[in-house]
Amino acid sequence: MAKVTIDGIEVEVADGTTILNAARQIGGEVVPPAMCYYSSLKDTGGKCRVCLVKVTQGSAKDPRPMPKLVASCRTPVMDGMVVQNITSPEVLEARKGVVEFLLLNHPLDCPVCDQAGECDLQNLSYEHGVGKTRYEEDRRTFEKIDIGDKIKLHMTRCILCYRCTFVADQLTQERVHGVLNRGDASEISTYIEKAVDNDFSGNMIDVCPVGALTDKTFRFKSRVWFTKPLDAHRDCDKCCGKVVLWTKGDDVLRVSARKDQYNEVKEYICNECRYDHKDMKDWTIEGPRHIDRHSVISQNHYEKIDMQKLKLDIDRQLTFQKGKQLPETTNP
Amino acid sequence: MGRQILLEHINVPGINTFDVYRKHGGYASVEKALKTMTPDEVTEEVKKSGLRGRGGAGFPAGMKWSFLDRKSEKPRYLVCNADESEPGTFKDRYLMEKIPHVLIEGMITSSYALGAKTSYIYVRGEYMYIIRILEQAIEEAYAKGFLGKNILGTDYSLDLYVQPGGGAYICGEETALLESLEGKRGNPRLKPPFPAVAGLYASPTVVNNVETIATVCAIVNMGGDEYAKIGIGKSTGTKLISASGHINKPGVYEIELGLPVEEFIYSDQYCGGIWKGRKMKAVVAGGSSVPILPTELILKTAKGEPRLMSYESLSDGGFVSGTMLGSGGFIVMDETACIVRNLWTFTRFYHHESCGQCSPCREGTGWMEKVLHRLEHGHGHEGDIDLLVDVAKKIEGNTICPLGDAAAWPVASAIRHFREEFEYHVRYPEKVKNPKHFELEPFVPAAAAMATV
Repeated sequence: MAKVTIDGIEVEVADGTTILNAARQIGGEVVPPAMCYYSSLKDTGGKCRVCLVKVTQGSAKDPRPMPKLVASCRTPVMDGMVVQNITSPEVLEARKGVVEFLLLNHPLDCPVCDQAGECDLQNLSYEHGVGKTRYEEDRRTFEKIDIGDKIKLHMTRCILCYRCTFVADQLTQERVHGVLNRGDASEISTYIEKAVDNDFSGNMIDVCPVGALTDKTFRFKSRVWFTKPLDAHRDCDKCCGKVVLWTKGDDVLRVSARKDQYNEVKEYICNECRYDHKDMKDWTIEGPRHIDRHSVISQNHYEKIDMQKLKLDIDRQLTFQKGKQLPETTNP
Repeated sequence: MGRQILLEHINVPGINTFDVYRKHGGYASVEKALKTMTPDEVTEEVKKSGLRGRGGAGFPAGMKWSFLDRKSEKPRYLVCNADESEPGTFKDRYLMEKIPHVLIEGMITSSYALGAKTSYIYVRGEYMYIIRILEQAIEEAYAKGFLGKNILGTDYSLDLYVQPGGGAYICGEETALLESLEGKRGNPRLKPPFPAVAGLYASPTVVNNVETIATVCAIVNMGGDEYAKIGIGKSTGTKLISASGHINKPGVYEIELGLPVEEFIYSDQYCGGIWKGRKMKAVVAGGSSVPILPTELILKTAKGEPRLMSYESLSDGGFVSGTMLGSGGFIVMDETACIVRNLWTFTRFYHHESCGQCSPCREGTGWMEKVLHRLEHGHGHEGDIDLLVDVAKKIEGNTICPLGDAAAWPVASAIRHFREEFEYHVRYPEKVKNPKHFELEPFVPAAAAMATV
């Protein structure tokens, strides 16, 4: 076990845990955002650089600070490590920079993007971005292409998190798509159009943090906040069969896997569940899906307040505010 | 000329063949090491010599070797980084082209020290003719019993392979090089784990520059202590410098570290002064990634001491008034050179070569290039200069590999030392539209202009 202090809050975690996961055990504001890390996919992370944090004390044994900001999603904790996330102005400044970089070539076509309302990049830029861009040149653009018969790739929106390539590597037998080219010309692609065809390819849509990979059966059907999400399940011999149905009246507009509070899927679903059962009768409905109160999707979805959870939230806030007042470390 | 170690026999006809090379004392270090020394003794000599990595970072080679995980049961590898792609650097090409055997000899001695049974030379794809030269040399070494099973009758065996790369700059970064060598896309890996623990095929690996490995022969031959006497302070030995730009005699020079920069530029033995009798404006001392310095700071440090060609002296004053020895790509610019245009060229290179894995470098290098393109072509505006500084600051240190830093440092330093020139570009857009604008009308800094009045 290792004891680590993040923004003044101490937590004890198993050896080998990353800083990001340690922060997630604390929860709340101290959790660094993540655009490319995905807990249920191996080796993801380290690429987007939004989760950068400052390590002011390496470990109890070696208290020297780390010279650069480190990617919290890939840096394991050490016993006695002291980490600054949102209490460090340097980290916030760097994060602001990264958000600006991510938005540089992003088309910001949110009004016509199907991901709007459930987009990680939208959330991130609301929190850390600035209102105005300093970029004056043309943005890079790509043609929209079909990869597989059910998935539309809108490469212009892609932030190159590489998550979808990890899905293809780890969930399916053969990877038929990858990253072509280099630098800001690099793109996710298949050499042969519509080549992506396997039982779990649909999960690429769920892991995509932006609207680069969208479900062709749902494209332009409805804004996601006009739909009513329901937890449902069915017996499936290929996957767990636990899904969220995005419904309007009696129509099932979309089926997706269940995402946790960090927008990450823990149990993947197969393409049959995703595309072929768009009928309420095929599913056992469990009840309305819990949607985070801050999300635009939660509009008009009233939920009873869980008093215990609220108290926990307040307690954590209080500890955090105390942590903020800790004296600045001597090593800037 | 100072002391020559690597290039001593460069002008001997036929030195690229085994027989001539052997006649001039070649492969002596292999004999000495394999027959009279243990691997640890060789490592110890390299440590004693104080040899620092010649690829750019200047990390002590002996120390790097000692980090190699020797307890692991996996095979160990030595990989020679011959992916020389830094703009302004061409020393390894010269060495491999003229004396390929010195690299082969160094590879055998170093592999013996590290206990590697298989070693690779990773050469950039553009050097195809060098790959043929190296393969010829390796064939000769196999035929003479210096490579293969039971070298020189000892129980040490080594196989040496040459692997051409695809020609990406990023594959000169050691972990990207290893990825590429494994046959994958050349993206740098996240560290830790370092290659010394999990490198090529997840086995302990040492990656060294061509010049570093070639120098090992001399160190084993003369002994680490003797080698450490050459040079100055912690910068021991000799270094190959690729001199280019506006000088009378561009080329590859072997210098003893500690040579004054002024002597290097103006002495007839080396660069022979600035061409066409012009004045010097700026120097990029160690390949395009290192900070650029104006004349007054390259000849003398901020404290007024003469600047020497050594790791310490060049980096004296940090990034505020110093630079780095880097890989030894010494680029001199005369008074007609345009710093903005030069910087745009560098940035265009980094934009083209960014691997696209992490966002600050992928997006930031392109952004800087576009802003500089705008400035140089007379479309810039006042805020652009501060914008560049800010973008460079946000890339630096926030990327996976040092390419981000390498792209940010030249921008930050050029603006730090030549801000007036950037302002000139904003103020006189019509004048700078001609690519040779400073040749027609050399730029005069405000301070100098005042002095003449």
